[in-house]
Amino acid sequence: MMKIKTPRSGRVRRALEKRAPKLVETGKKTLILQGTKTSGTLNEVLSEIYHLKKGGAVRFTRKNDNIRPFESGGETSLEFFSLKTDCSIFVYGSHSKKRPNNLVLGRMYDHHVYDLVEVGVENFKSIESFTYDKKMAPRVGSKPFVAFVGEGFENVDELKHLKEVLLDLLRGEVVENINLAGLDRAYVCTAISSNKVYLTHCALRLKKSGSVVPRMELVEVGPSMDLVVRRHRLPNEGLRKEAMKTAKDQPKKKIKNVSSDAIEGTIGKIYIPDQKVGDVALPNKAKGVKRERREAKKKEANERASKKQKEESE
Amino acid sequence: MEMETETETETETETKSQKPFHVDVGNLLAFNPFHNFPSLPASRDELVKECLQEGTKLVQSVADSLFNLPSTEDVDGPLVKLPTPTTKLPREKHLPKPKPPTKWEEFAKKKGIKNRKKDKVVWDEQTGTWKRRFGYDCANDDKDIPIIEAKMTDEPGVDPFAKRQDDKKKRVEKQEKNRLQNLKQAAKIGALPSHVQLAATSLPITGTQAPPKKVTKDVLGNVAGMAATSTASGGKFDRKLPGEKPAKKKGKHRKFLPVVEGSGIGSQEKEQTENVLNKLISKHSHEILNVGKAVTMYNVKKEKKARNKRNQEGKLSSATNKLKPKKQLHKKTGKKGPGSSKKGKAT
Repeated sequence: MMKIKTPRSGRVRRALEKRAPKLVETGKKTLILQGTKTSGTLNEVLSEIYHLKKGGAVRFTRKNDNIRPFESGGETSLEFFSLKTDCSIFVYGSHSKKRPNNLVLGRMYDHHVYDLVEVGVENFKSIESFTYDKKMAPRVGSKPFVAFVGEGFENVDELKHLKEVLLDLLRGEVVENINLAGLDRAYVCTAISSNKVYLTHCALRLKKSGSVVPRMELVEVGPSMDLVVRRHRLPNEGLRKEAMKTAKDQPKKKIKNVSSDAIEGTIGKIYIPDQKVGDVALPNKAKGVKRERREAKKKEANERASKKQKEESE
Repeated sequence: MEMETETETETETETKSQKPFHVDVGNLLAFNPFHNFPSLPASRDELVKECLQEGTKLVQSVADSLFNLPSTEDVDGPLVKLPTPTTKLPREKHLPKPKPPTKWEEFAKKKGIKNRKKDKVVWDEQTGTWKRRFGYDCANDDKDIPIIEAKMTDEPGVDPFAKRQDDKKKRVEKQEKNRLQNLKQAAKIGALPSHVQLAATSLPITGTQAPPKKVTKDVLGNVAGMAATSTASGGKFDRKLPGEKPAKKKGKHRKFLPVVEGSGIGSQEKEQTENVLNKLISKHSHEILNVGKAVTMYNVKKEKKARNKRNQEGKLSSATNKLKPKKQLHKKTGKKGPGSSKKGKAT
């Protein structure tokens, strides 16, 4: 016995439709939470990341001692939170002697853990420690420029993964139209060494230049920190393939031997198999054979013909 | 500066020292894969400065392509249509599957039936006005029919108005059933619409059709704990499922007396031993025997005896014989009194 449950109010229906999977996706929401122990710097880091992503982030302030992202059983709580808050990226902070100021950046696919990167935070400078002209402070929710510098991002596996995760985390909403007057922030990530990345948040100042394009000036505004890559977990091949599928990726069924030409239209190729000249049966004429044989063959043919006549007549 | 302004593919700006950056305008992303630090700058400030310099170059290259896109004037500023992002990032949810056609849709397609546009209001013959098609005060409603003419095929004794209502109910039920079947079909291939949930109202038939009683979380936890520890080794070496919490009460529940005991009210050990000894010696024997109950039993027995004597003068004795075995049972329990209570108390 099955019962159909539909929401009774339009508000609930609209909320459910917002959470439904879409063909083309706009940005992911971020979940920021912490583990059993956090340090002062880590608390600041988490709250500042939350401020940077104010529109699309959820911050949990209680400690969660049953979340261990890298262990097989420790992800159930994370997946539950992701399901309830509809967040697909999470930032989990914890502090221990072995891993001080630890941040785990992770992504979800269908509310199950897709991939994880664990980084340590060093040399953290908070927003308050920067002095700048308050007028050019970037506004909440503006789309940022993201810049990655360094060959490490190309060569080192872990940094490549970190680059992808950082892009996903920092880019904000995916929009079609953008107002050029509203561009006011940029994130700069530099690969200092093979496992360290310097991340900083800057405000943009557009200065008049000769052409339409203004001259960009970056002023460090927001938090800046060194990220030291500790561990990472790449997704399974099958899961990755499924997650990377887009609507346009449906393979077009190729019709063989058909091509289209701009001038002539559709052209088809027909392949004819080789003629087996040697195996073709020759006619009974046998002109190339000597006379006696020729006559003998003729006799045979006549006899056969007469035999057939006899049978037919009978 | 030579630049290619394309809309779909990556642009490579060969401006700065002939080293191309990877620019993705759709994401406002720029990547310089050729920079490296031959030696880390000595001070932090220098490092920061160099990072900012490189960053500025990259942001400038993105802005170059961005500001050269065709823009429309808006109230707040120039509006630009961004190209689609080129860097592929994993999706957050699976691709939505298209809804499968319902049974009616398939049938309509096969027969070539097209959907007709319906008006919101319909002409109602009875009142002579335009009324809505369905709902409150709708046209041609069953309620508003004053007279139904009897046909030859009608059975006598059948209420035609009730019959019309029943027919409508049946039609509605049939439609609901069909809708459920369509949704089940969609759910089977994973294309259920987002606002619909299919809930099982009862478990598959295993006996009575009564819905299972709702069990609370603690009761379930207790039962699960009992089941888990009911192995030969008390569930100690069983492999735990991911996310399973350790059993709450490990081992047998034993209550121990406090190590440091007080005197007077706090001397629990003294009390404990006293209780045991008293039970054995039956010092306070009146605690074992329920005096009140014994008295009432005796009184009842006496009254019944007196009644029986009176009845015997009037009635036969067979009626009283029937009562006797029951009386004997009561007597038995009375004798067993101290024994049974002892059983209960000695733990």
